[in-house]
Amino acid sequence: MENHMAILPELSILTGVAAFFVLSLCKQLDFNQVKNTAVSIGFITFIAALISLRDEATLFFGSYEIDLYSQIFKLMICFGLSIVLVFGQNLKDIDESVRPEYYMFLFLSALGLMMLVSSVELIAIFVSLELSSFAIYLLVPMRSDQKGLRIQMEAGIKYILFGVMATGFMLFGMSYIFGLTGSTYLAEIMTGLQTAPQPAAIFAVIMVLAGFFFKLAVFPMHFWVPDIYEGASNETTGFIATIPKLGAVALLIRIMTLATGETQFLIYLLMVLAVSSMFYGNLSALVQKDVKRMLGFSGIAHAGFILLGLITMNVSGYSTAIYYISGYVIMNLACFLVLCSVSREGENLAIEDLKGLHKRQPVLAFILAVGLFALAGIPPFVGFMGKFMLLTLTLQAGAMSKIYLILIILAAINTGIAIYYYLSVVRVAYTTDQENYPDVLVDGLTKTVGMALVLLIILMGALPSKLVAIADAAVKTIM
Amino acid sequence: MDSLIINEGFPLLSFLIFFPLAGAVVMLFFNGESFARWWTLFITTITAIISIKLVTGFDLSTHKYQFAEAHNWIPQLNISYILGVDGISILLVMLTTIIMPFCVTASWKYISTRVAQFMICILIMETAMLGVFMALDFVLFYVMWEFMLIPMYMLIAVWGGPRKIYASIKFFLYTLVGSILLLVAIIALYLKNGSFFIPDMMWQSYSLTFQIYVFLAFFLAFAIKVPMFPFHTWLPAAHVEAPTAGSVILASVLLKMGTYGFLRFCLPITPDATFALAPYVLWLSIAAILYGGFTALAQHDMKKLIAYSSVGHMGFVTLGIFVLNMQGLEGAIIQMINHGVTTGALFLCVGMLYERTHSRELSVAAGVGKYMPWYVTFLAFFSLSSFGFPGTNSFIGEFLILVGTFEANIWLALAAIPGAVLAAAYMLRLLQKVVWGGTNNPDQSYLADLGFREIFTLTPFLLFVFWIGLHPQPFIDLMHTSVVHLLDQLTNWQQQQNIALLTLR
Repeated sequence: MENHMAILPELSILTGVAAFFVLSLCKQLDFNQVKNTAVSIGFITFIAALISLRDEATLFFGSYEIDLYSQIFKLMICFGLSIVLVFGQNLKDIDESVRPEYYMFLFLSALGLMMLVSSVELIAIFVSLELSSFAIYLLVPMRSDQKGLRIQMEAGIKYILFGVMATGFMLFGMSYIFGLTGSTYLAEIMTGLQTAPQPAAIFAVIMVLAGFFFKLAVFPMHFWVPDIYEGASNETTGFIATIPKLGAVALLIRIMTLATGETQFLIYLLMVLAVSSMFYGNLSALVQKDVKRMLGFSGIAHAGFILLGLITMNVSGYSTAIYYISGYVIMNLACFLVLCSVSREGENLAIEDLKGLHKRQPVLAFILAVGLFALAGIPPFVGFMGKFMLLTLTLQAGAMSKIYLILIILAAINTGIAIYYYLSVVRVAYTTDQENYPDVLVDGLTKTVGMALVLLIILMGALPSKLVAIADAAVKTIM
Repeated sequence: MDSLIINEGFPLLSFLIFFPLAGAVVMLFFNGESFARWWTLFITTITAIISIKLVTGFDLSTHKYQFAEAHNWIPQLNISYILGVDGISILLVMLTTIIMPFCVTASWKYISTRVAQFMICILIMETAMLGVFMALDFVLFYVMWEFMLIPMYMLIAVWGGPRKIYASIKFFLYTLVGSILLLVAIIALYLKNGSFFIPDMMWQSYSLTFQIYVFLAFFLAFAIKVPMFPFHTWLPAAHVEAPTAGSVILASVLLKMGTYGFLRFCLPITPDATFALAPYVLWLSIAAILYGGFTALAQHDMKKLIAYSSVGHMGFVTLGIFVLNMQGLEGAIIQMINHGVTTGALFLCVGMLYERTHSRELSVAAGVGKYMPWYVTFLAFFSLSSFGFPGTNSFIGEFLILVGTFEANIWLALAAIPGAVLAAAYMLRLLQKVVWGGTNNPDQSYLADLGFREIFTLTPFLLFVFWIGLHPQPFIDLMHTSVVHLLDQLTNWQQQQNIALLTLR
């Protein structure tokens, strides 16, 4: 099945990378054109992903699998990327001279993620993960230094150090897996690990998982989150906060399917991580003043919820995790869309800066409110449906035993904690009237995209059955 | 599913739920101030008129859920979209639809900023509230129950009084945190039954421990909503700061959701736990009645006074529910409607005075009787109704509840009686102050009496005060079959348990 057109989305984004490489060599550039090129490449890739949604192929000596599972993730990655490109089209805090490079690395990172979700071989996974990570490491310090605090440099260094450490864990685990099974192909590993000696096998799986916990920002691999979110420019953070997490979840599920045998320890570990992530993320978010930091901590808490889906270790749990992460990405994109538009010159926004937003730009205030209420898990938005289904499936998987019951009660309590900080942002945006704050100007495209996101948040929440069915079918292809 | 009478024709219930929502969506695009007012009035009035079909088409002889609609929603988890009304919910549905147009007229002048947004919130509230009373699927119920928080939060936080931020966040957090364990309980019930269909969850043999946990989770959520005595502190804050329409919705409809929850879920789903825990709930109700009464007696803020009186009145309702006999239950349902009518009207009255004096202080409002004769006439009737004067609606409700309580436990009834006296004391104090005041009345000569719009708003409430007060039979007929069925099931259940115990011996 050598069907090379199956990698159409990868090819089109690669073309984009090459184009921006060439553009970066030119001296005289019209930045409007650069911007328009980027946005159109984003849309083209999205359409390419749509076209190849139903493709199936095995490429590159069996290390690259095109199936429903990978294509769905690719579609979501391309979708998220186009949204980021649209609301970040002005790149307010990126120096004009490095914009072609910025776009190049952005596309390169997305390319890495798209390759990651298709990789079914350890080396391929490693290479594509690093391709995506290193591109992001470079995006962070590209913020132009308006205040001279060099905060972006600090963030960049932190990110790369933590990232390399996480990669170290992962490689360590991979070496174990190779040692135990003698193969780097996931399919062979899956059968090989069943007979491998415990606890080495489960240890190896956990080590590999740790590398992706870093991407998803699960406690205790979350340390990078607040500083990188704060240090990177708004648009970059909008990308980091959403799209790499799709890749992380895709691979977490793949790795989880490898775990067999004595999984009880793994489950208990995941439970502890889930609950710690939720409490750590939510409690820290309560006291944040910077909106991006707050969203970062809330992301840690949401990562805890995703782990609930992994704990079930069954198809419906995994597919709900996919449903949840896609919802999370859309809700977060809606919030970052508002942040990027409200920020005048790309500076970070404190919660106070959103004062009187309902007057300064009603549409943005509405998008922000829906996004935050959805993140908080208020029905009928997608955040609620995802949480509700995860809680139900977790308790079902645990056959209502006491420890699972405690787990979901703790998780449910966390939604109660979380509401406070989301609500206080909505409150600032909606209830304060600030006369001296200037109006916020947004272009029509951003507004339209924002309203489309709102519509998606509502529709995904109100009518989830189709989506979960698709995710179910996707997960079944890899199990 | 055999407990449903499926409505094959026009989906009446869905229409009632989604028509206001559609109206709200229209206002996203057309948001002129006066258009928003007329449009919302139009939408709520149409909803109210169409809802009358529910009463005319209601079959009094069956306890089943009527006008039912059932569709698949999320088949993976066996979640369906199921609606239906029975004798317990129909009155509350009618209360909601009928009260909404008057909330709009009451806000006609009161709300002058961001009118379209306000009206959108009102319409979304109507959707959510009707959804709560009609939902027969637990997930649908929960979605509506939580969804309501957003517009209500906005109503208080945006159009509220000086301490609106505090009040709105307190309201939101209290209600949300209370509902969290409800969600866990719902999931646990689903895993026992394999479906979220509420009637399927009723009268199942769960273990007593399970029932008690579920009951407590329900209780926390519903007791906060009612609010019952130790969980009531959000209510005065929310009432005081909310705009008039918000207070009316809160008092008339939102509080009923708690007691409706007790009736719909606690009694049939966890009967053993109900029998075991009813005494504690009853004494909590007594505490609420007395506490609400005494606290109301000490208030200088009119809205606070009425808010605390609500605590007392709702104490009567929970008392009626948990004595678990016919008079108690019917009295409780009637009292739910009465409280909606009377307290809603009282909040409207306070709001009308507030529009003129810009104060809710009793001392500022003292002695308006001379200048506002129409106003004090209405106020007098509603005050009389509030403390259960014979001939008014509350008399019927409180009388039935007390009869039921006497039947159950004479000490309990004796403990509740002072609550009725206290109600007279604080309402007459309010009435005396407002109508006549004292020697140091402020100058009230600038006050204009009620206009046509305001009289139009209050008259229907007065109509219901006397209708229920003088001829309550039609209302009782509506609920009777369902209440009898519920009680039959309860007694059967108790007998079975006794037989089981005897055979075990």
